[in-house]
Formats: sequence, structure tokens, C-alpha cells
Amino acid sequence: MSAINGASRLTRRGSGTVAGGRVALRIAPDLLAHLTAGRNVALVSGTNGKTTTTALLVAALKHSGYFVATNDTGANMPPGHVAAVSRGERFGPVVLETDEAYIPKVLGETSPKVVVLLNLSRDQLDRTSEVRMLAERWREALSSFQGAVVANADDPLVVFATEQAPNVIWVGAGSAWTLDAVGCPLCDGQLHHDEGDWRCSTCMFRRPSVAVALVGEGNEFSVDLKGTVHSGVLALPGAFNRANAAMALTAAEVLGCDPKMAMEGLGTVSSVAGRYGTSTLFGRKVQLLLAKNPAGWSALLDLVKAESCSLTLALNARVADGFDPSWIWDVDFEQLSGRKVVVTGDRRFDLAVRLHYAGLKVFVVDSLEAAIAAPPEGPMTFIGNYTAFREANDQVLS
Amino acid sequence: MSLRICTLYPDLLGTYGDGGNAMVLGRRATLRGFAVEMLSVQAGESVPLADLYCLGGGEDGPQVRAAELLRSEGNLANALRDGAVLLAVCAGFQLIGNSFAASNDRQVEGLGLIDVETYRSNEPRAVGEVIATVTAPTLVGIPSLSGFENHGGRTRLGSSVTPLAQVTSGIGNGFDRSEGAVAGRIVATYLHGPVLARNPQLADHLLSWALDVEDLAPLDDSFHDQLRRERGV
Repeated sequence: MSAINGASRLTRRGSGTVAGGRVALRIAPDLLAHLTAGRNVALVSGTNGKTTTTALLVAALKHSGYFVATNDTGANMPPGHVAAVSRGERFGPVVLETDEAYIPKVLGETSPKVVVLLNLSRDQLDRTSEVRMLAERWREALSSFQGAVVANADDPLVVFATEQAPNVIWVGAGSAWTLDAVGCPLCDGQLHHDEGDWRCSTCMFRRPSVAVALVGEGNEFSVDLKGTVHSGVLALPGAFNRANAAMALTAAEVLGCDPKMAMEGLGTVSSVAGRYGTSTLFGRKVQLLLAKNPAGWSALLDLVKAESCSLTLALNARVADGFDPSWIWDVDFEQLSGRKVVVTGDRRFDLAVRLHYAGLKVFVVDSLEAAIAAPPEGPMTFIGNYTAFREANDQVLS
Repeated sequence: MSLRICTLYPDLLGTYGDGGNAMVLGRRATLRGFAVEMLSVQAGESVPLADLYCLGGGEDGPQVRAAELLRSEGNLANALRDGAVLLAVCAGFQLIGNSFAASNDRQVEGLGLIDVETYRSNEPRAVGEVIATVTAPTLVGIPSLSGFENHGGRTRLGSSVTPLAQVTSGIGNGFDRSEGAVAGRIVATYLHGPVLARNPQLADHLLSWALDVEDLAPLDDSFHDQLRRERGV
């Protein structure tokens, strides 16, 4: 116990940094369990949207009057969790964005009241364990989990991972990405997708009936939450963010929020860790967007194809991005065919070849500053993968 | 008559961006004025007749299933016997051999289209950039290959196949410095990137086989050239 207290004090003195969290966990491996004991914990995980959904859930809770501790810096493994809880509010719920691979461990340590599972698709081909193995590990960990699981019923791998949990709230959140999960996770049979429904052609595995669904038309944000329709306005764009918000709303209700107040809270989020909002970069108004993998890029292309503003795409392949950018060939850039695009980043030539084949008019520049300065004048949208986005975002902050 | 390019089972073997190979082939043929028909077969569908087939990389389970499906329906083997061209990458390379190692160290029967065997290795996965000098006699003149490998298996070539290339950096097949294999009109490799996006001359060579055309008109490959320079070839 004294080791825990010592480690806890140490972390707090280290102003709740990830490095401090790492040191503290070495001294007291069960520090996270100790720090979250007696508090309502929510975990948010999935390949895409976990930072945004975490921010939405935190906003819903704060708007409902709760004090919230959360890891809003993107540090989503246990040292980051320890740092966030040490640094954050001492009372009230704890909302932790959690790396997919750490779900079993953090689930065991924090006994959360609710776990939000968004989607599972490929991320960083050369490093991460195969998504199916990840789904197996979630399935095992969740089979005896007593808290609530808010799960996306439109992602077959998420359904596979969560269906044995005793208390699942299925959300019809939608999924634009079906390429990774076409084989039935149970029997390897073929999955058929048909107008929002899906089922295995061989076994009984199929989309569960949902308790929560998006019911709005177009850009309208309306959610049927267990039989009552709640409507609101989101500041974040895109169908994928309406899905994230529906998941956050469901979790907020589990944590005790009044859905009406929670809806209002969701609408207050206009920018998440530098994304979505308009920033000034080298003197120009730029909307910064982050997409890390094929599913993320597909969702954002859907968003920008309707806009006519200048477009800059940036691709790196550093440690945090994964060293193999071959996945850009799985993204349907063809939907931007004919459009002018400025390309930059360490791997700008990989992207240039890809976009050239997709029929875009490609201009390659060798620096972020040159990309932002590229004509014509007017608003610009910038999409970068992880480190390319971070580089741009750092320019805004500096 | 149009050139038919067929991607096999992208739903099983579409994990590493190798679908780009068919896109590169199709576009390079179209730009030269050839009529192109792009086909794609999902698992369980019958493999149609085509001039050029592409097999990509994927995970262990889907790889075994793809091998079972292709063996039981036989259309690919028949088309190749009749002169079709095949580009097989990574898991696709392994499954067209005599046998390959699947999960839990099971040695699984392959399609036997080329005389190679793939074994599980105790060494770490081969992951990283590759540069390899083309040595296959039927592909002379193609400049060094660039690509990204990511595989656990090690492949031994039989006497009736020649290596595609010799690695100057990276692992390749793993038993010697060889990379990939060539037998007749089958070209097999461990390289992703996709391999034809990194190596357009290899794409053109496959096209010339499939089209029965000696010389293809040059294209503006300045982005390819810059990419290759940036990758160090």
C-alpha cells in the first residue's frame, strides 16, 4: 500500500506526465486500479474515432454538471491513464480513451461502469497484431464483464468481440468500411451486407437488434435512444461523427446523464485535439483533419468530396504511422478524380503515384509551408496521417 | 477483344494494399489505348477466364481458405495452363507453391502451381524495405526492385523455378539471398508497396506477356521515378 501511495504522490508531483505514469507503474503495477477505485470509469476504444468519442462523452458529462478526469492528450495506454487520473479532477467519472490492445488489461484494472467499442479495422500493417486476434482477445475479456458495453452493431468484428458480454447495448452506428471483416468471425463463411443489415450466409451470426439508432436524415443529428428520439445539432462534421456522438450519448446515459443535457453537451464540441476546427497556419485559414488508416481516410474523403476548397494531403511513414504506407491503395481516392491536390510529407511520392493513378491533378511540394502557400488563395482543408497531422498541428500551436 | 485483369479474392487477400497492382496494370494498359476489363472475384465465386491474374497478401486463416477454394475449383490452374499471366504476392506467393506453413505450425497443401515450399521460421518476421536486383532470365532489363516485405514464412525454391531477384537489402525468400520466384508466366514475390506501383517496368513486362506485344509505348513515369529515387533505387 505504501508503494502505491508513494507512486501516487510521485505521479502527482511529476504533474501527471506519461513518463511519470510509467515510473509510477513500475513501482506500483496496480496503481491504476487504486487511482480509479470507487469512481465511475468509462473506457472508449476502437480503431477510429476514439479520441473524438472520448471528447464527446466528456463534453456530455461536463455539460450535465460532472467533474471529469480524462486523457485528452492522446496518451491512451496505462501510463497515460495513470497520468490523466493523477492530474485530473479528484472526484466524478473517469473517461479513458484506451488503445485497442490494452482493453483486456485496463478492463481488469479499472472495473469500468461502461465500455464503448466503436469499430475494428486495420491500422499500421507492419506492427499491430491482426485485427481478428484483437477481436478474440476482446471477446475473452468481455465474456465475464459485468459493466455495460456500448457496442457498434454495424461492425461484425465488434459484435463478435462483445456478443458474449452479459450486458450489451447495441447501437446502430453504421460502418462505411467493410473490407476487413468480410469473412464471418465465427465460421469464416461469407457475410452479406444489405441496406444496413448484415448476416452470415452459413451460420447464425447476424446483426443484433439495436437499442439505439441514428434516425436523422442528411446532416440532422437525431438518436432513437431506447425508444425515445432525441434531436440536437453537432458542430463536428460527417456521418462518422454522428455515429461517434450516438455512441457517446448512449454511454453518457449509462453514466447517469439526462439525455437532453447530454445532447446539448455533444453540440459544444467543435474541435478535437486540433482537428476539425479552422486554424491559422502560416497565415492561412486551414481546416486540419487526421486520418490514420484506410477506414479513416475513406470517411474523410466522403466529407471533402462535397467541398470545393483547396486540398492538401500529407503522408508520413514514421514509427507512429507504421512503416508501410501500401494501404493508400485501398482508399477510394478515385472519388476525387479530376480534382487538384497538393501532396506533401515524407512519403509524398507514394501518395503522388497513388493519386495520379486515381486521376487527380497532383502537385508535389517538399514542405508543409510550401503546401499551405500553394495557390489558389482561400480556405484549405489539410488531411494528414498521424505524424503528418501532428507536424501541422504543432505549427498552429507554436 | 479487351485485356481482362482479374483480382482474386480481395476479400480474403486484400490486407496489404496489393489491390493496387491490378489498378496499375489496368491504367497502364488503358493509357496505351488497349481496352481493359477489370474483374474481381470474391471468395466463393467462380474464377472467370482472364489474361492476367493478381493474388495479394493476407492473414493465415484467409490464406488457407483461398488455397482451398482455388484448388477445388481449378479455373486458375486451367487458365495458367492456357497461357494466362499470374502475379502472386506474399501470402499469394506462398499458397501457389506445393505447401506452406499456416498457424499452429500446420503445413498446408498449396496449389502446386510453382515448385516452392514455405516453412515457418523461428527467426523474427521479415519486416521492412527491400531492394533487389532482378536476376530472372525472362525479366532481364528490369531495373532493381523496390518494395516492403512483411512475412513470417521462409520459402525454398525447387529446381524448376528461378529466383525473381537477389536482395541487396532486406530478407526476401530467406534461405539464401533470393527474392521471389519466376516459372513461365508466373511471377511471385514477397514485395508489397504495391510492388507494381514501386516498379512500373515490372508491370509493363507482365502487360507485354499478357498482350503478346513486344514494345509498349513509354508513359510519363515521373512520379514513379521520383518515388524510386526516394526509396533508394
